[in-house]
Amino acid sequence: MESIHTRIWQEEAEPDNAFAAASCHCHGYDVYGDLLLHASWIEYLFLLFRGEAPSLAQARLLEGLALALANPGPRDAAVHAAMCGGVGGSTSASCLMAALAVGAGASGGAREVRLAMEDWLERGTDAARWQTGLAAKPAENPADVWPAPGHAPGFDPHGVRCTGPVRQTLAHLAGLGCGPSLPWLQAQRPLLESAAGLPLAMTGVAAAALLDLGFTPAQGEMLHLLLRLPGAAAHALEQKDYGHKKFPFFRVELENDPGPAGAGLNTEDRA
Amino acid sequence: MKGPQLLEEQVGRLATRMGAVFPGERAVFRGQDLFTSLKDLDWLELYLFGITGRRYTPQQMRVLHVIWTHTSYPDARLWNNRVAALAGTARSTGSLGIAAALAVSEAMIYGGAPQLRCSEFLIRAKKMLDQGADLEALVRTELKEKRGIGGYGRPIVLTDERIAPIMAVVREQGLENGPHLRLAFEVERILLAGRWRMHMNVVGLDAALCADFGMSPREFNYFFIPVFLAGMPPCYLEAAEKPEGQLFPLPCRMMHYEGVPRRQWRR
Repeated sequence: MESIHTRIWQEEAEPDNAFAAASCHCHGYDVYGDLLLHASWIEYLFLLFRGEAPSLAQARLLEGLALALANPGPRDAAVHAAMCGGVGGSTSASCLMAALAVGAGASGGAREVRLAMEDWLERGTDAARWQTGLAAKPAENPADVWPAPGHAPGFDPHGVRCTGPVRQTLAHLAGLGCGPSLPWLQAQRPLLESAAGLPLAMTGVAAAALLDLGFTPAQGEMLHLLLRLPGAAAHALEQKDYGHKKFPFFRVELENDPGPAGAGLNTEDRA
Repeated sequence: MKGPQLLEEQVGRLATRMGAVFPGERAVFRGQDLFTSLKDLDWLELYLFGITGRRYTPQQMRVLHVIWTHTSYPDARLWNNRVAALAGTARSTGSLGIAAALAVSEAMIYGGAPQLRCSEFLIRAKKMLDQGADLEALVRTELKEKRGIGGYGRPIVLTDERIAPIMAVVREQGLENGPHLRLAFEVERILLAGRWRMHMNVVGLDAALCADFGMSPREFNYFFIPVFLAGMPPCYLEAAEKPEGQLFPLPCRMMHYEGVPRRQWRR
């Protein structure tokens, strides 16, 4: 019989129903008999991806990162997308799908985090390597579905200085004593920013934190998508309540307008 | 100008050449009035005009239509279609199921990634051949560097049943002699003669045809986004019409656990 292979999940069926689980084990732990009583949500999240229980420091770091990422606020493109769903009364899932699609990108999104994590794996805490890497323009691959990144991943393409929230998050997470990347980033930030010609962004802090937690770039990308959904959801619901009349529609400047209404239509058709 | 000054320039406005609606009046699509200048375009022509800003000959349009109609299978086992069907059986909406299924179609081993890789390879190879490069050497290098060529080989079976019927229409329309198409078959000949034993799949054929029609790799990629779409609503519909949960139910015994033994969380 065809089967689904998994190292994550084990179930025992109820004696009278093969389609209902009597017990569920996640990476060996009894989810409803043990984790529910003794683990936190953030520890369970870590376990799901890494397959092991986090240390207390790791759990604190993931908790801190989750809080920092939970709501980038309504100006963020992914949250903006979710609000476009909310304001028109679109389904809740479509609001989150909109946030995921936009928040997936290489400019401020999960792709950027993944690329930054790949840079970390290649450069580690070697300042010279970072300087050389950051000086090079991100390469375009015409055979990739992802458009070329427009800037060094982990940095703010339009920033002037490293913002308060980014500095506060980095300082807090670097102080949690978990892995070498965050403290090194904290110490070397001016040097890296100078090499990139751009200030550090939240994606750069997230990449270092996810690396210190032992996640792969693919896992980091997935977690970044996931952890930013709460704000998108809340703002989508809020805009639904406000209604479309209070949501910006913006002014259009059409650069190639062919002319006035109904050009080419005869009067009867227009009527 | 850069940084916040650059952003400041764009606040509150949409500067565009792609189009706009003037509510109650008219709509402009890439600089043309949608209801007059473009009124005779069928949906696929309009879709392609939106991507490329160009128009295609009736013969090319016939082939492009066939690429679409011959690439949509209403088979709910296929991974992307299965998403639409699972949405149906789980009583989600058609739009959610189909939008997710379309997004899933941008995959590494089928759909999005091989399309772009193949188109990029064929266009690059054609240019290099024109400059005197050797095709067999190009194929070898590509296989060595990228461990495969998009548009050749298939995850489940060797041959692609769509090639012959699409080629029949291509010949009927007199478009079988395009340089990228001939190149694509030549690449297949090399791959079959060597130890690789890889046939061209429909992506290879479609990429070659679209390159002959002047599409860049990205234009081809965007043309292809809804190419599986027609097969998805039937999958959703049937699952939604049957009693809930009837599609691919999984009993506990179908999960094969390969992880660590049972253990206790710290107290």
